[in-house]
Amino acid sequence: MKEYKTINEIAGPLVFVQGVSGVSYNEMVDITLSNGERRRGQVLDVSDKVAVVQVFGATSGIDPKGSSVRFLGETMTIGLSPDMLGRIFDGLGRPRDKGPQIIAKEKVDVNGLPINPFSREPPEDFIQTGVSTIDAMNTLVRGQKLPIFSASGLPHNQLAVQIARQAKVRKEGESFAVVFAAVGITHEEASYFMRDFEKTGALENAVLFLNLADDPSVERLITPRLALSTAEYLAYEQGMHVLVIITDMTNYCEALREISSARQEVPGRRGYPGYMYTDLSTIYERAGRIKGSTGTVTQFPILTMPGDDKTHPIPDLTGYITEGQIILSRDIHRKGIYPPVDVLPSLSRLMNSGIGPEKTREDHKGVSDQLYAGYAGGRDLRALSAVVGEEALTEVDRKYLKFADAFEDRFVRQGQYEDRSIEQTLDLAWELLSMIPEAELKRVKREYIEKYGKRFRKD
Amino acid sequence: MMAKTKKSKKGYIQRISGPVVEGRDLEGARLYDVVKVGKEGLIGEIIKIVSGTYVIQVYEDTTGLQPGEPVESTGEPLSVELGPGLLKNIYDGIQRPLAFIEKESGAFIKRGITVSPLDRKIKWEFKPKMKKGDKVKVGDILGTVQETDLVEHKIISPYEGKLDDLKKGKFTIDEVIGNVSSEGKKHELYLTQKWVVRKPRMYIEKFPPTIPLVTGQRIIDTFSPIAKGGTACIPGPFGSGKTVTQQSLAKYSDTQIVVYIGCGERGNEMTDVLTEFPELVDPNSGKPLMERTVLIANTSNMPVAAREASVYTGITIAEYYRDQGYDVALMADSTSRWAEAMREIGGRLEEMPGEEGYPAYLARRLAEFYERAGRVRCLGSDERYGSVTIIGAVSPPGGDISEPVSQNTLRVTKVFLALDSSLAQRRHFPAINWLKSYSLYLESLEDWYAENVSSDFPKLRSEAMALLQKEAELQEIVQLVGPDALPEKEQAILLVTKMLREDFLQQNAYSDVDARASLEKQYNMLKTIMNFHNKTMSSIDLGAQLKRIKEMDAVVKIGRMKEISNENVKEFGRLNSDMGAEFDSLLKK
Repeated sequence: MKEYKTINEIAGPLVFVQGVSGVSYNEMVDITLSNGERRRGQVLDVSDKVAVVQVFGATSGIDPKGSSVRFLGETMTIGLSPDMLGRIFDGLGRPRDKGPQIIAKEKVDVNGLPINPFSREPPEDFIQTGVSTIDAMNTLVRGQKLPIFSASGLPHNQLAVQIARQAKVRKEGESFAVVFAAVGITHEEASYFMRDFEKTGALENAVLFLNLADDPSVERLITPRLALSTAEYLAYEQGMHVLVIITDMTNYCEALREISSARQEVPGRRGYPGYMYTDLSTIYERAGRIKGSTGTVTQFPILTMPGDDKTHPIPDLTGYITEGQIILSRDIHRKGIYPPVDVLPSLSRLMNSGIGPEKTREDHKGVSDQLYAGYAGGRDLRALSAVVGEEALTEVDRKYLKFADAFEDRFVRQGQYEDRSIEQTLDLAWELLSMIPEAELKRVKREYIEKYGKRFRKD
Repeated sequence: MMAKTKKSKKGYIQRISGPVVEGRDLEGARLYDVVKVGKEGLIGEIIKIVSGTYVIQVYEDTTGLQPGEPVESTGEPLSVELGPGLLKNIYDGIQRPLAFIEKESGAFIKRGITVSPLDRKIKWEFKPKMKKGDKVKVGDILGTVQETDLVEHKIISPYEGKLDDLKKGKFTIDEVIGNVSSEGKKHELYLTQKWVVRKPRMYIEKFPPTIPLVTGQRIIDTFSPIAKGGTACIPGPFGSGKTVTQQSLAKYSDTQIVVYIGCGERGNEMTDVLTEFPELVDPNSGKPLMERTVLIANTSNMPVAAREASVYTGITIAEYYRDQGYDVALMADSTSRWAEAMREIGGRLEEMPGEEGYPAYLARRLAEFYERAGRVRCLGSDERYGSVTIIGAVSPPGGDISEPVSQNTLRVTKVFLALDSSLAQRRHFPAINWLKSYSLYLESLEDWYAENVSSDFPKLRSEAMALLQKEAELQEIVQLVGPDALPEKEQAILLVTKMLREDFLQQNAYSDVDARASLEKQYNMLKTIMNFHNKTMSSIDLGAQLKRIKEMDAVVKIGRMKEISNENVKEFGRLNSDMGAEFDSLLKK
């Protein structure tokens, strides 16, 4: 083991060590302070003279003279075992629940390896979340990555917990697990998640990694990767269907920016590093199905849009990588509607491959399109009626207005513990669509109106 | 031109910083030579030489490399191997077949894998077209190989001279098929050749584009046509349907070869292409579309330097098929990710950044890339024409096209297909904004349309466009006073433009009948709507009520006209005569 006492510069989270040899790029580092305290780090840049080490945790207390640096000769790894289910770890993978250490069955590099696109299987199994707006109109499919774009003050945590609790695939005898990564969230939020997981018994099938707001920000770059390595192990080695929830990706990106500026890199948009797209993709792209494996990894990252702005680099780059997005709206939230999902800008790109006969129901696609068209029409008319008054609208238009209101009030709104099956959701949709004249229902096939819609219609 | 193999030099690594590695003692290595880095022999390319330091961009993850490990130059610049076996294949950014990588390392891509780009075991049936003693020029077709059911691969001579020997029979790509001698030098001929990716392949002459690329997409073919050998760009925010549009173009374009580059995009999208294309059937031949397709997949989480190379790998393969006399369409999804790869590497090299951190040479690189499109007369003594059409997707941050990649792309491309997220939200697909999009080929293609579709097609198009333009103005008034305040005739225009939007421009990529519309069908659909327009206008003049017109059967029938298949265009005749009769009876009342 190589040990050096040659630190010559400390800048932010970076420590420069001189006169090193045999140091590998990306290898892990242990720094022992003069008072015996220890810090972890990773090699960011190495030449035959200097190694630049990024320290996880604070660099306060590191002194160039007294501290010694040991290069461990291996990259950041995590020991994995099925025993991790039901356990809570900190942001670097150490037990946090006073339980015993995990005896690793396998050790892997936390950065993982890219999945060969040739070895992927297209995602096509419907996951029922029990939330109508998601199941009917933005369907989640196994192996998909579907983020929630939220904003501060909106109930995204409640929605995440509800989905973790209710999500199921409607086939018998398949094992399901949740891996939860908290990235820079507060103690209060973390204990909300833990309490809920414990109360509902979801913890048994869950692995939690918690990096809290007062934990070192550099650790935030590691936490999601630990979670995904665990998820990949459970999925591809243990054959489980794993749902990974990461909250809050905005904190992750802030940490990325912080490190980048400490490294004095050329900043990209709004100070975020130019490689943020690539970096985020190494997280999000770790969702999927692969050939010859029963297990799958589905990702449900949550991020808060700074200033409610969808074009901010964090949601923007995320949207370019993920397969859709579910957007929460402050306007709907203000109306007191939970979950405040705004279906119009929301999208699930893989929806069409996960719905239809045998997967959900044959009328699903048409109903979803019709709901979109009806609600979008109603919302447009709301704006118009604000200008010209409701009286100036035609009778049909007034029906659309009423439909939009009912849609928000009954379809979007549901209880935190209300678990609607896809049949209930679609029937509710038909019930609401009965408010619109039949001739206007152009997006659904005639036969489905007869078969599913007729019994709700009064005309 | 073949790259010459020089004696390789061994040096050592001095510094590692992400995908950029500095090597020393590589004397004799040249700029853009490919090098093997470290004990594992990771593939890299020399991109800068400063006083004895060789800056290398590495195409694989550099974790675990140490200063002092060896670096070796191969003495060759980054090249692709061109020959039979390219089609139906899926490659990473530096032409490594992903199927072979899977065999070597399983579902996850490990490092340091060296695999041959083409299958070296397959014996191809070579049919010579020239014979011993013939004089051969560079670009002459020596013979052919049936590469797939759809495509006959032409073997092009890379040399000039006298043909000493040309065999017939079955050969692997490593076997000699003949000899050429010129000025005392002897060259062996193979079924394959190598070409440096960053250098455009040669041709005799480039022509202005006068033939459209028929895509089967109404908004494109009718309103913003792309020419064979032309360039087009599709900028749009996420979720507006860039990839679906690109894939539709790859599926339905009337080209003989498609090169599809997934550059820094989603893994599942490539899987989608991989599972869908073998099932989709070419409408002309009935064979799977995969038989004419080469895929290059360097997804976002694969090494960034290989992403930079993937675009060059793709265009070189496209040019190679063009040189055989084929029409090739190249889709690059997305050029923004390519530009970002340049930015990332530029940043690691500590280059002075230009706008938004992109390197100052961004504009030049983009222009050079699009300039490799074109319809050309190929090298060789026979008169042979081929084309490469480039369709590049652009992913502007926040959908704002004032950023450098979009702007520099718009300056060099001739067709702009403006994707619009508000259309996508209303589920109007393809979400291409008809007013903002443009095609600079409209004029040069006009003659072709008039000759091959119908003489009044250009006229119909401009009338329809004028109506859509008028609609935008009327909508502004409607927003203020409501639709009922407009005069009857203007309300009628709104009815017609709604038809144009919903019954013509909207096209369902997932419907069997609607996904591809032949030019004849497009013409008939447009003609029907414009016919309806003219009849409506004259009927209103004669005192008919718009309310009654709206209730006509013809309106419903026009709404269903998409469902008429390409083979049944005759039905439009009946539709129009029925419509005429309906108008007549309306006026009698």
